[in-house]
Amino acid sequence: MIKVVNLTKEYGNLKVLNGISETIKENEVVCVIGPSGSGKSTFLRCINFLEMPTFGSVSIGGEKINTKDADINKIRQKLGMVFQNFNLFPHMTTVENVSIGPIKVNKIDRATALNEAIDLLKTVGLEDKADVYPSSLSGGQKQRAAIARALAMKPEIMLFDEPTSALDPEMVGEVLEVMKELAHQGMTMVIVTHEMGFAKEVADRVLFIDEGVIVEQGSPDDIFGNPQNERTKNFLSKIL
Amino acid sequence: MEIYLKGIGIAYSGILVTLQITIFAVIIGVMAGLIVALGKMSKFKIVKIAFSVYVEFLRGTPLVVQALIMYAGVPMLLQSNGIDFRWDNPVIAATVVCGINSSAYVAEIIRGGLQAIDKGQMEAARSIGMNHAQAMLYVIIPQAFRIILPALTNEFISLLKETAVLSMISIVEVTRKSMLWAASTFEAWPAYLGTAFVYLSITIPMSRLVAYMERRMAKSDQSS
Repeated sequence: MIKVVNLTKEYGNLKVLNGISETIKENEVVCVIGPSGSGKSTFLRCINFLEMPTFGSVSIGGEKINTKDADINKIRQKLGMVFQNFNLFPHMTTVENVSIGPIKVNKIDRATALNEAIDLLKTVGLEDKADVYPSSLSGGQKQRAAIARALAMKPEIMLFDEPTSALDPEMVGEVLEVMKELAHQGMTMVIVTHEMGFAKEVADRVLFIDEGVIVEQGSPDDIFGNPQNERTKNFLSKIL
Repeated sequence: MEIYLKGIGIAYSGILVTLQITIFAVIIGVMAGLIVALGKMSKFKIVKIAFSVYVEFLRGTPLVVQALIMYAGVPMLLQSNGIDFRWDNPVIAATVVCGINSSAYVAEIIRGGLQAIDKGQMEAARSIGMNHAQAMLYVIIPQAFRIILPALTNEFISLLKETAVLSMISIVEVTRKSMLWAASTFEAWPAYLGTAFVYLSITIPMSRLVAYMERRMAKSDQSS
C-alpha cells in the first residue's frame, strides 16, 4: 500500500531522515514512536508530500508520488491526514469543514455531501455539533471533527501526526476510541504517537525511529516487552 | 455663522466626485492589489521582482506626481507615438491613478493578511486533495479577508484624504470647490474650515467603524 525507499530529508545541513525504507501493507496499523526531533513527523509528512523528500521515493498503491508527472492532488485523496493542531477551518461550521472536500474537490452535490458529512459526524459522536464553529468545540471534539473531515474524502490510508499531543489528558480517550474503531474496520493507518498504551493495544507493528532512521521495529509485544536495541530500551525506560 | 454654513455647503457640493473617485479607486485597488500580492509571493523570481518594483515605485512617489504622469504625461507619450489619446473625462484618469496607487498599499495589506494565516490551514486544505488555487480560494482568502478588512477601511480613509491633491489636475472635488469659492469671495477661513469639516464627517465615522471591527476581531480570537 505504502512503499518508501531510501527516504531522505535534509533541511540545509540538517539531516532529518537518513534513508528510511519501509513497506506498509493494506489494513495494517503501524504506530511510529521515538523521541521528539527524531524525524517521525517528517516521515509521515513525506508520505503525503507535505514535505518534499530530498532523496528516495514514496509510492502509494503502486503510484510514485514524488515524480514530475505524478498528480499529487489526486494521490493525496487516497490519504487522510490528521494533524496535531487539528487545523480545522475556523470560518466554517463543523459540517462545512467535513463536507468542503467532497463538494469542492470531488464535485459531489451539496445536499448529498452534507448528508454524508452528518453520517460521519454521527460515527465520531458529533452530530449535535454539526452547525457550530470550531471555536466552540473542545480539543477532543475538534480532533474528532478533523478525523471526520479526513474520512469524508474516503481515503484508503489514514495518517495521524501526534493526534492527541495537543489535547488535555481527559480528552485523549475519546479521540483514541474513534481511532480504535477505525482500526477495527480495517483502515490502513500510520500513527505517530506518544500514547504507548494505545500503540500496544491497536498496532500491528511498531516502528521506533531515532535520528532519522528506523532503529527497531516489530510487534508491540516485541518492542515494548523485549526491545533489542539500546536506544529503544533507553527511550522506553524514560517514558514507560 | 451663515458664512461658515455656506463654506460647508460649498465643500459638500464636491463630495460626490470625491466619493466616486475614492470608492471606484478602492475597488480597482483591491482587485489589482490581490494580483500584486500574489505576484509578490510568487516563487518565480522575475515575477516577484517585477511586482516589487511596481510597489516600490508607487509607494516611493507622491500621488500628485503619479496623477500628473497619468493625466498629462501618458497622453503626450501616446500622442508622440502616433496614438490619438486624451482623457475626455479627467475624473476617469483620476480614478485610475488613485486605483493604481492604492493597489500598492492594498497589496501589502493583503500580503500581510495572507501570511498571518497559520501554515497548517494550507496543509489541511491540501491534505483533503485541494489544489493550491482551491486552498487559497476556499480556505486562506476568506480567513485573510476578515483580518484585512479593518486595514482596508483605513486605506479607504487615507485615499479619501489623498484625493484632495487631484485638484492639481483640474478635478472639481471637495477641496477644489472650496478653493474656487475662496478665490472668488476671499473667504478663505470659512471656506477651508468647511473643507476640513466635510472630510471629517466621513473619516470620523469610518475610523469608528475600524475600531469596532478591531474590537470584534479581538473578541472572536479570544474564543477560538
